[in-house]
Amino acid sequence: MSEVLERQPDQATKLRIIDSDIHPSLRSESDLNPYLSARWRQHIAEYGKLGRGPYARRNTYPRFQPNLARRDAWPPGGGPPGSDLDFMRAQLLDLYDIEYGILEPLMPSNLVRNLELSVALCSAINDWQVAAFTSQEKRLRASILIPFEDPKAAVAEIEKRAGDRNFAQIQVTSRSTEPLGRPRYWPIFEAAAHYELPIGMHVGGEAGHAPTAAGWPSFYIEDHHGLTHSMQCQATSMVLEGAFERFPTLKMIMIEGGFAWLPSLAWRLDRHWEKMRSEVPHLKRPPSEYMRQNLWVSTQPMEEPEDPEDLRRTLSWIGWDRVLFATDYPHWDFDDPRYAFPCRLSESEKRAIFRGNAEAVYRFD
Amino acid sequence: MNAVTPGAIDCDIHPGVPGIRTLLPYMDAYWQDAFLRRGMDDFDLASYPPGAPIACRPDWRPKSGKPGTDMALLTSQALDAFGSRFAICNTLYGGQVAVSEAMGAAICSAINDWIAAEWLARDQRLRASIVVPAQSPHLAVEEIERLAGDKRFVQILMPVAAELLYGKSYYWPIWAAAEKHNLPVGLHAGSMFRYAPTSNGWPSYYLHDYVSQSQIFEDQLLSLVSEGIFTRFPRLRFVLLESGVSWLPHFLWRGIKTWRGVRAEVPWVKRSPAEIIRDHVRLTMQPFDTPPDPDIVGQILDQLGSDELLLFATDYPHWQFEADQAVPPGFPSALLRKVMVDNPLATYPRLQETVQ
Repeated sequence: MSEVLERQPDQATKLRIIDSDIHPSLRSESDLNPYLSARWRQHIAEYGKLGRGPYARRNTYPRFQPNLARRDAWPPGGGPPGSDLDFMRAQLLDLYDIEYGILEPLMPSNLVRNLELSVALCSAINDWQVAAFTSQEKRLRASILIPFEDPKAAVAEIEKRAGDRNFAQIQVTSRSTEPLGRPRYWPIFEAAAHYELPIGMHVGGEAGHAPTAAGWPSFYIEDHHGLTHSMQCQATSMVLEGAFERFPTLKMIMIEGGFAWLPSLAWRLDRHWEKMRSEVPHLKRPPSEYMRQNLWVSTQPMEEPEDPEDLRRTLSWIGWDRVLFATDYPHWDFDDPRYAFPCRLSESEKRAIFRGNAEAVYRFD
Repeated sequence: MNAVTPGAIDCDIHPGVPGIRTLLPYMDAYWQDAFLRRGMDDFDLASYPPGAPIACRPDWRPKSGKPGTDMALLTSQALDAFGSRFAICNTLYGGQVAVSEAMGAAICSAINDWIAAEWLARDQRLRASIVVPAQSPHLAVEEIERLAGDKRFVQILMPVAAELLYGKSYYWPIWAAAEKHNLPVGLHAGSMFRYAPTSNGWPSYYLHDYVSQSQIFEDQLLSLVSEGIFTRFPRLRFVLLESGVSWLPHFLWRGIKTWRGVRAEVPWVKRSPAEIIRDHVRLTMQPFDTPPDPDIVGQILDQLGSDELLLFATDYPHWQFEADQAVPPGFPSALLRKVMVDNPLATYPRLQETVQ
């Protein structure tokens, strides 16, 4: 048993935390079979779930831990980390007194090349989240995975789940075949705004483009950091394409992408928008105002300034009301709520980040 | 002229190439014939459409012709107006992005000879970067060797987004030549467009392209550090030109954290990325990319963690600031001499050598 489990939670955890990033796993691939038609079961057995990378069954950049997981997160009863609800309760929900947690399933689905398969996988994973987790544990809420590269089918999936309170948000990935602000994706945002569902933009995905404008990095250490650029791209795209102008009530949460980039990106956008606003006449206000209106960020993994006071400064630049705590359980870079912040937080700042801000974004009724 | 900048060394100005005909006198017979017969012209970069606001400040835009092409205007607007002691010419034109290695090299060589003959020879304050065809490292090295003896060339110039990330071994011959001749490598905003401008494909707007370039600078720093370039070439220096500045602190913070977590993947990176970057990388100061708020400017300067990193630049004729406000508001006067004189002289040793 880990050292973490032996310690008593301190006051930071008496806040009844809301965790905006928990990763559930399948015990085995066959867990999805009840929710997939015979056609797709056979297709997957023969061809797999082809994405946009060089390997048939894995992502391009080898990660740093098996299953990306904390070494102590493998359930004693077997199965991969994140697959055993009882162990998740013990190691996460009970230990830290987490009142609500948002499931962010990361598995081949929304970026599978075959769009019909993508539709089937997203729907199957949505059914599975309810059956395996949220129907058995009221503290957990699911994300609506959508085949966003087929916006019409994505809207149908949203409509199917929108009235189901097992689901707290719509999930998309930070890498996509086109920047997500482009108008072809707008039906998704229209549905999200209509049903008052936030969009959780989770970092990751392989969408076929080089991870950088100068090609393919050699190492995970580069790709892992570079994923923050896909977040910046999506934020920039949503603003400049006018998606936030068109859907002012949309709530977009940038999950697991860091957050210290947000102020300088906003400043840079404002500075250059002042000179080139003629290109984007549909924007009525400076880009930073749309970012302040429509974007939230989750905390993990948070940048760690050399001077911890700079973290406070960064959070104040972003807005204390825009930051949601996340553990990223059961991944290797998990943040323990007791030790995650290298800087001081006041009681009101803690209340906002550990739960108040999430309550304002998600519906938990 | 303002009271602040006289005597400054301007580390990023952009003479404009009017068109391919300007360069033909500096090409061999084959290429002179090829450009004329094939009617090949219009090699202006998509990274800087000549009509775009960024390409030329409105009050600097010539009545006719492309930005930066009129030497008298450049002399009065970029040099006299700021009282600059030196200014480094970074020419941005199609040779650097051509898909043909040979054509790219022909244009780059012509640019270098044209700059030497028609700009450097006419104003003692001007210095230049050697424009090299990054498409072809061996031709780039040939060009460096051809010009390294001329001390008015103080740097090697490449676009920030090329065919591969710059840590890859493909480029090592260029870095070896740069180190051998004690020439820093300037990476300037701009792309060969071999890949989409973002990891999510093609944005709709130029503004998105332009703003995203700070992320490409980050990617290149990650590549250079992670591939161990500064261990292999310990005297090598990179200058980020028109990269923006305010992104560097958060990039370093995340870089340190990620390195602590997964450094076992790159065991040859023995020091924190922040230390390596502070030792080997410099940035020009326009654009700075903060609000016009002295407090924020001061905080970003503190977060940079070193007063050696920044190099004064106007980015002439690109539109980054108004009037003579080339230094961000609230910039501490105690730092001015560092960024305007000391840091440029330390970064570009050849400037010292050519001071009479």
